Amino acid sequence: MKALILLAIGSAIVNNVVLSQFLGICPFLGVSKKTETAAGMGGAVIFVITVSSFVAALIYKFILTPTNTQYLKTIVFILVIAALVQFVEMFLKKSMPSLYQSLGVYLPLITTNCAVLGVALTNVTKEYNLLESVINGFATACGFFLAITIMAGIREKIEYNDIPKPFQGTAIVLIVACLMSIAFMGFSGMI
Amino acid sequence: MKKYTERLYNGIIKENPTFVLMLGMCPTLAVTTGAMNGLGMGLSTTVVLVLANLLISAFRKVIPNGVRMPAYIVIVASLVTIVEFIMKAYTQDLAEQLGVYIPLIVVNCIILGRAESYASKNEVLPSIFDGIGMGLGFTLGLTCIGIVREILGAGQLFGHQILSLSWFTPITIFVMAPGAFLVLAVLVAVMNIVRSKMEAKGKPLAKPSGCLTGDCSGCGQADLCTGKSGVQETVAAADPQADKEGK
Repeated sequence: MKALILLAIGSAIVNNVVLSQFLGICPFLGVSKKTETAAGMGGAVIFVITVSSFVAALIYKFILTPTNTQYLKTIVFILVIAALVQFVEMFLKKSMPSLYQSLGVYLPLITTNCAVLGVALTNVTKEYNLLESVINGFATACGFFLAITIMAGIREKIEYNDIPKPFQGTAIVLIVACLMSIAFMGFSGMI
Repeated sequence: MKKYTERLYNGIIKENPTFVLMLGMCPTLAVTTGAMNGLGMGLSTTVVLVLANLLISAFRKVIPNGVRMPAYIVIVASLVTIVEFIMKAYTQDLAEQLGVYIPLIVVNCIILGRAESYASKNEVLPSIFDGIGMGLGFTLGLTCIGIVREILGAGQLFGHQILSLSWFTPITIFVMAPGAFLVLAVLVAVMNIVRSKMEAKGKPLAKPSGCLTGDCSGCGQADLCTGKSGVQETVAAADPQADKEGK
């Protein structure tokens, strides 16, 4: 139990997926202009990464390993994730319309998010078992949620600041990401 | 022949994926802790890009339009797997350093972007040269950023100590995660100045596309990423500021 909690804290905060591993930079910069949209995106990412790391771990354990075709993991994972996101979208639309309303818009945006594939591959490389994979996926996605929501909050305030012209737009957002990354480095002594 | 040199010039200078188009930012941030890593990542991406362009261009009349994205992804993922195994066999240190970012070449937007916007519409030979140009442009970008970060962060160049530690104190943060964001922020700002200067001269640079700008029009994955047309508008509608700032 303790090991699992440490794993979760490690993936969510210490090795934050965006700020120290640089996965999922695209939505982090693209969909972080407003807190509500950022939170919606973060929620959808939590959902998709948790489900996809579970499915990827299942496939790796029960299909790829017995047939000795682990080398196909990159191809299989990316296709499974793409199909899974489509499937999740259809499922939510049909059976949970309220959840779909809040998360559905963002689901297709996540298909090629490198964080999803990155987590699935990391789970395999680090030889996590099924439970550890799901926890790692969930925690990593929570780290993404944290980062994107904080970023959106800061960006809403930056709107009113007087920024030098060359730094307006993406550049200042990257400076903010740099400062956030320094702040998150402070957690590195935790584990 | 001119057509081919034009493709190379286009990829390396005019539409340089790192400096001008601002594509493929995840690997750019992640692997440029040193010049060597940048070079290795750039070259492996180049290999995948050239072969992917070749295959996609060769099969462009066979692949049905409706399933072209999944087909491209299978092609790219297979090539990436091959490159990963070759790197693990011959350049173990580099493969270990780059780690998960090698398989993640699959989701690099430059590759699917070129497949969608060039290779799927053009003959095989120009597509190969387009891949070489874009790949070398990306390599150039990664290596330059890697050189800056390595010199400032460790006083080294390609692993050799060039600034003596007797008087130079390495600014270690440049080889760590925050340094990547900082260097990229400065790069974007410098490019903004260059862009406005070139515009004043009447020679505007190609517009940046890709995730950094939130503009999905130039991205090959836009089709897959947005799933179906309309999602992008929905997000824009839910996010009115995005629309305002985009203009």
